[in-house]
Amino acid sequence: MNRATASRTVPYGMSKAAARPNRARLMSGLTPYLFIAPGFLLFTLAILYPLVQAFQVSFYDWKIIAGAVSDFVGLENYQRALADPRFWHSLVNSGVYMLFTVPPQIALGLMVAMLLVKKGPAQPLFRVLFYLPVVTSWVVVSLLFKYLFADEGLINYTLGDFLHLSDGETSWLSSRWTAMVAICALGIWKGIGWSMMIFLAALQGVPRDLEEAAILDGANRWQRFLSVTLPAIWAAVIFVAVMLVIGGFNVFTSVLVMTGGGPGGATEVVLTYMYKQAFEYLDFGYGSAIAVLLTVLVFVLSVLQLKFFGNRDGGEK
Amino acid sequence: MSERTAFVSPGTALRLVALIVGASIMVTPFLYMVSTSFKPQAFVLTVPPQFIPDPATLSNYEHILGLDFGRYFFNSLIVAVTATALSVLLSSMMAFGFARFRFPGRELMFRILLLGLMVPAMMLIIPQFILAKYLSLLDSLVGLIVFYVAGSLALNTFLLRGFFEAIPEELDQAMQVDGANAWRRYWDLFLPLARPALATATIFTFLACWDEFAWALTIISTPENMTLPIAIQLLHGPRGTQWGLVFAASMIAVVPVVTVFLLFQRYFVQGLTAGAVKG
Repeated sequence: MNRATASRTVPYGMSKAAARPNRARLMSGLTPYLFIAPGFLLFTLAILYPLVQAFQVSFYDWKIIAGAVSDFVGLENYQRALADPRFWHSLVNSGVYMLFTVPPQIALGLMVAMLLVKKGPAQPLFRVLFYLPVVTSWVVVSLLFKYLFADEGLINYTLGDFLHLSDGETSWLSSRWTAMVAICALGIWKGIGWSMMIFLAALQGVPRDLEEAAILDGANRWQRFLSVTLPAIWAAVIFVAVMLVIGGFNVFTSVLVMTGGGPGGATEVVLTYMYKQAFEYLDFGYGSAIAVLLTVLVFVLSVLQLKFFGNRDGGEK
Repeated sequence: MSERTAFVSPGTALRLVALIVGASIMVTPFLYMVSTSFKPQAFVLTVPPQFIPDPATLSNYEHILGLDFGRYFFNSLIVAVTATALSVLLSSMMAFGFARFRFPGRELMFRILLLGLMVPAMMLIIPQFILAKYLSLLDSLVGLIVFYVAGSLALNTFLLRGFFEAIPEELDQAMQVDGANAWRRYWDLFLPLARPALATATIFTFLACWDEFAWALTIISTPENMTLPIAIQLLHGPRGTQWGLVFAASMIAVVPVVTVFLLFQRYFVQGLTAGAVKG
């Protein structure tokens, strides 16, 4: 590429292109594409193409062995999923995980953020401590929680011998709902720091004058929270809720590491079930159908959330 | 301001207590992990639990190094550093293209890129596996790097484009008058000015690659290509896990991450407030 001609590229907002010779115009027209091409080609190859193929594979009895012919089966994989009690079981578990981790993460994250919004000498330290679980790898914290929830682990000791809330002999990971409690506890513990950080940033934007006016009006803390703070940070609340619902249905590593979906498939979630179908039984078509179903479900839920809660902000103004 | 008094008010005291209780719950598991990494196997699950290991031992760490964790650490490092460098380079180029030029297909391409932000990584794992098999990238570090870079492009481009758009146009035009071509303006003007945003992108991408588990689990099959998360997970068996070993190995994975986080935490806040970054 000729550097001298390329240098005459028209940046966004400037338009002297008409005065240019043709060749220079051609080069300057190409410049943005040259910047975008390397990344966009890789994106197309490794994200976009697989995205399309995820749908395609779900309509086949896909054979991974080289040279084998995959049969087109139409909607069979989808029908199979909808009639598969283990798929529904895993969907219920993912849904339960979502329901019991999203509200606590929002509520606790917001609470901590409200406690931290007044800047004090200890504020940065607390912020770091609450955010620490967020930056730690899922594998490590999943193993850590498996250890904490072991039969002779710290949780049983704390609940039994220390707080006397239970007999301290709960075998957490060996039945469905107690295992879900442990998995959800991990999800909440790991996620609070993230929502806290988003809310902390949003709280900087709460108008001070409104807050002071509310104090003068004699509004108590709770009223002030409802009528001033919450509307001001509503966009952040929606953002956090949508992201957490998506994340909740995408729970995978913690279940795989803590219970492996067991005992006997009791704690299987959609993605561990999908993963097993694909990479244990090599049923790629069925696995893809499950992945597509989950993605569609999550997408619909996101749209619904935005539709029902998204314009509250606009409605009140 | 109006509530401020010379001594600590009950409200402030209550606030502090709540924060201390909360922070203890967040940190105790980590402290317990550190402690267990120094315990001999016989003492990892005692009643009552030991917070200060007695007797303390370094044998878990010695054992871990004997198990080739130096190699896994190195694999993780190569993958994360290479993928991060490539991702930040490619996405900053794209961000520059999107932010500073108007051209046919701009909106469409950017929207397509945003689609990549919304698709959960796990949805792509089956077709990506098929693709990686076709390209002979299975069981290789290159296979990890290629897909880590691709997976982080959308978010980084999105983040950097916003930053590039905020750079005053006058600077850009001044350089143009001096005869600087687009590449020089990208390299000598935009990249240096965008250093904070580049730092944010770098840190988030590095951590995501360093911690990534599902893809590595799927394509890596030989021990010499394992990254830390895979190697650590393999240490724990269905029965009689050697927890001391597991957590000594975990420390090798966690300490660099926590260090990076503590050193660069202001960039975390920046990245998060730019939106859409989920750790």
